[in-house]
Amino acid sequence: MSKPLKQIHLAAHFPGVNNTTVWSDPDAGSHIEFSSFAHFARTAERAKFDFLFLAEGLRLREQGGKIYDLDVVGRPDTFAVLTALAAVTEHLGLTGTINSTFNEPYEVARQFASLDHLSDGRAAWNVVTSWDAFTGENFRRGGFLPQEERYSRAKEFLATANELFDSWHGDEIIADQETGTFLSDAKAGAFVHQGQHFDIEGQFNVPRSPQGRPVIFQAGDSEEGREFAAAGADAIFSRYATRTEGQAFYTDVKGRLARYGRRHDQLLILPAATFVLGDTDAEAEEHAREVRRAQVSGATAIKHLEFVWNRDLSSYDPDGPLPDIDPDLGEHTIARGRAQVRMYRDPLATAREWRERAAANNWSIRDLVIETGNRQAFVGSAATVAETINDFVQADASDGFILVPHITPGGLDSFADTVVPLLQERGVYRTDYEGSTLRDHLGLAHPDAEAPAGRVAS
Amino acid sequence: MSSSPTPLHLAVALDGAGWHPAAWREPVARPRELLTAAYWTGLVAEAERGLLDFVTIEDGLGLQSSSLHGPDGRTDQVRGRLDAVLIASRIAPLTRHIGVVPTVVATHTEPFHISKAIATLDYVSSGRAGLRVQISARQNEAAHFGRRTIPPFRFEDYDTPAVQEVVTDLFDEAADHVEAVRRLWDSWEDDAEIRDVATGRFIDRDKLHYIDFEGGRFSVKGPSITPRPPQGQPVVTALAHATIPYRLVARAADVGYVTPHDADQARAIVQEIRAEQDAAGRAGDTVHVFGDLVVFLDDDPGAAEARRERLDALAGEPYTSDARIFAGTPVQLADLLQELSAAGLSGFRLRPAVVGHDLPAITRGLVPELQRRNVFRNAYEADTLRGLLGLARPANRYSPELAEQGASPAATTA
Repeated sequence: MSKPLKQIHLAAHFPGVNNTTVWSDPDAGSHIEFSSFAHFARTAERAKFDFLFLAEGLRLREQGGKIYDLDVVGRPDTFAVLTALAAVTEHLGLTGTINSTFNEPYEVARQFASLDHLSDGRAAWNVVTSWDAFTGENFRRGGFLPQEERYSRAKEFLATANELFDSWHGDEIIADQETGTFLSDAKAGAFVHQGQHFDIEGQFNVPRSPQGRPVIFQAGDSEEGREFAAAGADAIFSRYATRTEGQAFYTDVKGRLARYGRRHDQLLILPAATFVLGDTDAEAEEHAREVRRAQVSGATAIKHLEFVWNRDLSSYDPDGPLPDIDPDLGEHTIARGRAQVRMYRDPLATAREWRERAAANNWSIRDLVIETGNRQAFVGSAATVAETINDFVQADASDGFILVPHITPGGLDSFADTVVPLLQERGVYRTDYEGSTLRDHLGLAHPDAEAPAGRVAS
Repeated sequence: MSSSPTPLHLAVALDGAGWHPAAWREPVARPRELLTAAYWTGLVAEAERGLLDFVTIEDGLGLQSSSLHGPDGRTDQVRGRLDAVLIASRIAPLTRHIGVVPTVVATHTEPFHISKAIATLDYVSSGRAGLRVQISARQNEAAHFGRRTIPPFRFEDYDTPAVQEVVTDLFDEAADHVEAVRRLWDSWEDDAEIRDVATGRFIDRDKLHYIDFEGGRFSVKGPSITPRPPQGQPVVTALAHATIPYRLVARAADVGYVTPHDADQARAIVQEIRAEQDAAGRAGDTVHVFGDLVVFLDDDPGAAEARRERLDALAGEPYTSDARIFAGTPVQLADLLQELSAAGLSGFRLRPAVVGHDLPAITRGLVPELQRRNVFRNAYEADTLRGLLGLARPANRYSPELAEQGASPAATTA
């Protein structure tokens, strides 16, 4: 029963504004200077990664009514920094997280089409939604969108953007200097969209880009999010980096594709994964423990407990036991601008479970937070990590991983230097880029090649 | 020969194959490459070779059109373009000295997004970013967004009260847009990032500020997600043809582009902008007034004029422009620039008629001529765009020192 070996897809997530990123390390550099982004991107390209990934948040996080100051704060504009990176890389895909709530389709489509032109076909869009009035305070729209409409807006936003990408077919620019005909069609870019969320018409002004459309990522994990991905995404940025959870998610999502007339290989599943390497497995384990303590200071532990308790717990000792009081079950008010708090759907049950685990293991608040979160996906020697990653992918726990180093900008270097060559030796990872566009790297067809008959002409 | 002639600032305005509608038909044009990074990289490298202060990059939220009111259905001119902020971001890491100033449309974009995009351009260029703010009165562009309608008007009715109200509203909104963008740039103090391992704090949050901007059409809370850019305040520029836009220049900009056709007009415009500047309480601020000129440049007398005629014939009609159209030699252009400079303009934004021809004519013909006359730099004297324009790095309006004096720029430009 031999199945052909799957080729592993790897990508790099620029360390984000959360406590995974260890800014206190002496090796930690700037999160905003372009040199950090350039270093990170060049390492990813040296390692022949598919793409670099940038997250986004459009309002600085707050906790207890104050700007959250314990994690890295501040990041650049996604489009501008990705386009600048196109100047210092040649093959690396450039994936940006762009919100469908606080943008308009015409603008976002022209920005992605421009990025795709300026990178010769390396653009990808991680479509995210939000609805919160907190972020809305930074925008003309304000917090206008009821929560239950966020996916319907996201779906219509993506559909509208696709109509704009497809409004040029790629053959309109003739530019015949002799005859003086520049465009073959005066109506190039014409579009009309009338829907629940958008009622727009006119002419799109960016001609068709090399990839036709950017590669589409989806990151949500809800039932709606999975359907959204199955219906129209090219890749999923998931958070199930363990073997069992990964397999369950993989089977679930891939199983949804047939309903949309799509093949198994038309949606890649790429979980985010942290890693810690060492010369030996034991050394890596030891280092990983240190990293986890650096990621969860006493102050951070209290703040994370507040995500569940929805109360000010600043009077508690992080090295002491968990609070006896129960979480406040009202609307979550303590932490703002954080999707994470929505993970705890039953705070009372979580609090009960955590108290029991802490008591059984004699854990302090900080120990508990360290043990319940932030466990690195891959810890070990380069050989162990290479073997584990390959095993996960061959076992259909994923199609590869989006690696999240904890140090900026050098956190990827050791992975590139030690793990990648081992994967290449096993024949499960490319030794050089074979194509030029991100679709090529991901094994995705150009949208014109995929379009069902009759669709292109519409 | 004067002992210390006034030095000029020079910028070049990039748009497709050039400003003449038939520019793309010239043998030197590369009309099939207008959407490639290599095309723009080449142009900006040429401009930097000529030691120019900066390039601007045109943009718009609709297809190019010869009509002010909407698409013209023409197929004989360049149509289709890339986002100017992203073109600027793509070329910035490949240049070292020249300023990059993309166009942004205030009418339909979010100040929050524009502020962080230009701040990021400032990071990727190490302090060479600016923006050129533009309004859009086109109904077809409003329909691309579907959020608002712009009342229709005819250009002939510009002076009627109804049209003046529409235009005033659009420019007031642009001034609000710039104000919000500027406050966001200042919303982080320069030393807000402290990385204090002892207390676990990455930032000193007392050095981050809500901007609480409330305008007629939008409000913005802040702070920005992007720390204060290297220049503190990237350079804000605007093109202006009449009193209402002059007011925008005077209230909000560091550089205004104007379109006088002779020295007397230049003098009158500069006077009007200075008066508006006083009224806005910015008398002490440097506001450059640059003259915009479309240029056809050739070394042989008559060659430029002949080229203009040839292009007009190809286009089927004479090219007209809001700006004065100059056709002549670098020496003649240098004479004209010095004459206009004496009338109060501190620099020029040249619009090359055919970019493949007239840009190198500027950098290799005009610039050496101006250098011979001691009115243009022989080497870049600063690393930032503000530095090239003689603008100091401004103090932060939210810093405690300024707040104490009660002299925050926020109070004086609002």
